[in-house]
Amino acid sequence: MSVQKNIRNFAIIAHIDHGKSTLADRLIQITGGLSTREMQEQVLDNMELERERGITIKAQTVRLDYEASDGQTYQLNLIDTPGHVDFAYEVNRSLAACEGSLLVVDASQGVEAQTLANVYQAIEVDHEIVPVLNKVDLPAADCPRVCGQIEDVIGLDTAGAVNISAKTGLGVDDVLEAIVTQLPAPDGDADAPLKAMLVDSWYDAYLGVVVLVRVIDGTLKKGQKIRMMSTGATHLVDQVGVFRPKRETVSDLGPGEIGYFTAAIKQVADTRVGDTVTEDRAPCADILDGFKPSQPVVFCGLFPTDSSQFEDLREAMAKLRLNDASFDYEMETSAALGFGFRCGFLGLLHLEIIRERIEREFDIDLITTAPSVVYHLHMNDGSMVELHNPADMPDIVKIDHIDEPWIDASILVPDEYLGAVLKLCEDRRGRQKNLSYAGSRAMLEYALPLNEVVFDFYDRLKSATRGYASFDYQLSAYKTGDLVKMSILVNAEPVDALSTIVHRERAEMRGRAMCERLKDLIPRHLFKIPIQAALGGKIIARETIAALRKDVTAKCYGGDVSRKRKLLDKQKEGKKKMRQFGKVDIPQDAFISALKMDD
Amino acid sequence: MPFRTAPMLSLSLWPGVLVAEAPQLGVYIHWPFCAAICPYCDFNVHPVRDMQTADWRVGYFRALEHAQHLRAHGPVETVFFGGGTPSLMPPELIGDLLADIDRRWGLAADAEVSLEANPVSAPQSHLQALRAAGINRLSLGVQAFDAAALKFLGRTHSVAQARTAFEAAGGIFDRVSLDLIYARPGQTLAEWADELARALALAPAHMSLYQLTIEPDTPFFKRHAAGKFIMPDEALAADMYELTQASCAAAGLPAYEVSNHARAGHACRHNMASWRGGDYLGIGPGAHGRVSTGRGRVATRALAKPAAWLESLADGVDGADGMAETRLLGHEDVHAETVLLGLRLVEGVPMSRLEALGVPLDAGRIADLRAAGLLEANPQNLAVTQAGRLLLDRITDAVLAD
Ligand SMILES: Nc1nc2c(ncn2[C@@H]2O[C@H](COP(=O)(O)OP(=O)(O)OP(=O)(O)O)[C@@H](O)[C@H]2O)c(=O)[nH]1
Ligand SMILES: C[S@@+](CC[C@H](N)C(=O)[O-])C[C@H]1O[C@@H](n2cnc3c(N)ncnc32)[C@H](O)[C@@H]1O
Ligand SMILES: [Mg+2]
Repeated sequence: MSVQKNIRNFAIIAHIDHGKSTLADRLIQITGGLSTREMQEQVLDNMELERERGITIKAQTVRLDYEASDGQTYQLNLIDTPGHVDFAYEVNRSLAACEGSLLVVDASQGVEAQTLANVYQAIEVDHEIVPVLNKVDLPAADCPRVCGQIEDVIGLDTAGAVNISAKTGLGVDDVLEAIVTQLPAPDGDADAPLKAMLVDSWYDAYLGVVVLVRVIDGTLKKGQKIRMMSTGATHLVDQVGVFRPKRETVSDLGPGEIGYFTAAIKQVADTRVGDTVTEDRAPCADILDGFKPSQPVVFCGLFPTDSSQFEDLREAMAKLRLNDASFDYEMETSAALGFGFRCGFLGLLHLEIIRERIEREFDIDLITTAPSVVYHLHMNDGSMVELHNPADMPDIVKIDHIDEPWIDASILVPDEYLGAVLKLCEDRRGRQKNLSYAGSRAMLEYALPLNEVVFDFYDRLKSATRGYASFDYQLSAYKTGDLVKMSILVNAEPVDALSTIVHRERAEMRGRAMCERLKDLIPRHLFKIPIQAALGGKIIARETIAALRKDVTAKCYGGDVSRKRKLLDKQKEGKKKMRQFGKVDIPQDAFISALKMDD
Repeated sequence: MPFRTAPMLSLSLWPGVLVAEAPQLGVYIHWPFCAAICPYCDFNVHPVRDMQTADWRVGYFRALEHAQHLRAHGPVETVFFGGGTPSLMPPELIGDLLADIDRRWGLAADAEVSLEANPVSAPQSHLQALRAAGINRLSLGVQAFDAAALKFLGRTHSVAQARTAFEAAGGIFDRVSLDLIYARPGQTLAEWADELARALALAPAHMSLYQLTIEPDTPFFKRHAAGKFIMPDEALAADMYELTQASCAAAGLPAYEVSNHARAGHACRHNMASWRGGDYLGIGPGAHGRVSTGRGRVATRALAKPAAWLESLADGVDGADGMAETRLLGHEDVHAETVLLGLRLVEGVPMSRLEALGVPLDAGRIADLRAAGLLEANPQNLAVTQAGRLLLDRITDAVLAD
């Protein structure tokens, strides 16, 4: 056990891509956590998808030993967090395990939406914060300007700020000294009963369920019988250890330390992030506040393209869920798409990642349906029903009113694009709450209905601002809205997988946009195909896909017949990439592309 | 390098079996050399300079000898010299090949013997020599009645030359056909109407009228992909096709196949037989053949590179027969080919034949297509209507059960 006063626990927080993981690399390298040979860029981003996309998805904890200039050795527990808004929850629980944060800001970009969102969270949990201005090697870096922003916008003193290049290593030694001198040591009583916070848990092929904890009081040791305070479940600890970043067992974890234990826990679902872990024999008196579990906010249907792969898909879902409790699924049947699953995600990036992992790691081709949010249906009989899938919308006469989730969004954007962003937000039923300035950048706060944002808002925002806007949001509240179910009829038959919930005022415009998109997405057939959008029995938009006029090979002699045959086979193969609906073949990707709008 | 066929299918295992009611037999002879290679052409063609590098005769005679193992039963009803440019063949070779065919299978007294000719290699004297060698039907590659179009198509003859060749041929051969390529970049409907009228004014008994097709791996493909020229859109191409049907029918040359028109009794017998599923021996580099044997229908594909083909046949090591592939067609292949080729014909395919072969058809979709007027209503026959012909590829796909 280290001397408690020489422990420093800190999270690295920042906007996406501002260099958190790269800074973590340098800290690991300088303190000798890994040899040069073992080192690679963003070494903590070890998932294949993290490496490929160059982003952090899961927070990672590392213990480093650092010999400071005061001659003492310090135990540093570093948590590298993700920057993307979908994984804000990871930041939240990481912060709870620490006393301080390194706020990394890209000195060539300045303060962005997730900089604010994350630093406000850190302030809320009373963190000491060290501003770190990164990427000073870039010609566009402007430390004085960015320091000014940090002071003006966040209200943080930048006297202790460190200017670094995580890439070259310049200034990283100063970061280590700042950690030691500016951040506090953890409190905690070694003699009190064990009290530890469950920070994270995951499934490891060798170890089973691994639980990451921050010890508050007392000591966690092998052989102890621990108790999960929320459920009362008890387990015998069979291993205690830390990551440096390689896994290493230790004899115990004392107050202020972060590490893991294993205890023959069967599944990740048996552990609750934020739970209080204590000793069964001598439990602590009070329970930690914990945090509310992460809630899926975006739902969509995932269907195997090849319906015979349904069982494989079920297995894949179960396996992914083992390690990602924030992802939810339940079986769904669709007249158009057959058997599949309705899945809940933290956001669109999360959706995309899960989908990609299923396709890649389990080799299952998927059809994705339009993402939707969770509506609260207040029925006439006073009950409330959660609606995850527009296709499940009950008879309208039984519904008293419908509530939909709203978010508080903050958008930072250079002044010149403000007009475009305002228009986008207004088009999406937004209500402006505040507009202020940080230099030439506008900081915009908007209340927006999540269903207007969930699908393509971020893409539209990026294209409207040439990528110069940053965006962050938090769920705020459910509010009643004039919402209706819009059905899409292809060749006069409703296609359940294309139905959506829309605001009545937006219905006609959305309906028209969807019909137009489908007209482009569905190939022409031998007959003409009407495409209609309807509210109840009322048609609100209509397009017609003209019949194909010409598809014939001009010349075909003896030698050509084998080639023609191949062409025919290819046509048949191509048809397999479509879903037959009535007499119409609808391409797989139409179910999601139909929603894309070019406002 | 000696070329071998897969031992399982080596030709010696395919003794010419006397098939009860063997289908009509034709011989397709491919001459792969051209004086100038057209930029749209994706046939197995090679520059004429390669023609001088070897004596190809031995290859052709050996190929016929091998083909006899596959099907011994004659007589040969049709011979088609295709290319490439078979009008570049020495007439003497043509005569010798026909004599050899006659010796092996017997050449029917009224056999149709066709040859594709380029107007450049068709001076009158040469045409007469071809006639003397046994050619009785000439298919002349006119391609366009427009100087600029000929240039675009990479043709080295003039309109006048083509006209002269056509007129000369008329006096020499029993039957003469001409090929045109339309729906070219920039061509208007009116221009095509005019050009077609000029063709019809020559009063041919047979015409092959092809819409220009951009084939992969051709110079046109690259140029088209690079945006160097723009093809007529679907609507214009469809209009042109419809106009072609109407004009030709009015002139007494209705379509009998997607792109082929003839006066009654003047359809190309060789091609007709192959669309109807008849047998044809494929002789020459890259030639394809289809032969019914006691074990089933066999597809042959000769080596495409002339030198490799010749070497294989001349060496004859281990029974090498110049083939890249000789394989027994599966039921699915036979079904697909029967429908694919049969539906190209205006006459269609008798249902009785499809039933005898056990072709799996999608009755539901066929009923829909009949109701939509894309297939002929006659339940005894599977045939596309004129409206359906424009959509033939899709219809073919639709009628075959998945
Ligand atoms: N020039 C320069 N590039 C840097 C520096 N630090 C990081 N980068 C680059 O910035 C990009 C993002 O770095 P990461 O460390 O992955 O950023 P992150 O904050 O962890 O990103 P997320 O985890 O996705 O939020 C990478 O391409 C890095 O190489 C720096 O000091 N200078
Ligand atoms: C094998 S070619 C023989 C032509 C002959 N060698 C000549 O030069 O006239 C047969 C016919 O197919 C047609 N053809 C070839 N390629 C074509 C293409 N890409 N598009 C349309 N028709 C084509 C031409 O009309 C041509 O005359
Ligand atoms: Mg990262």
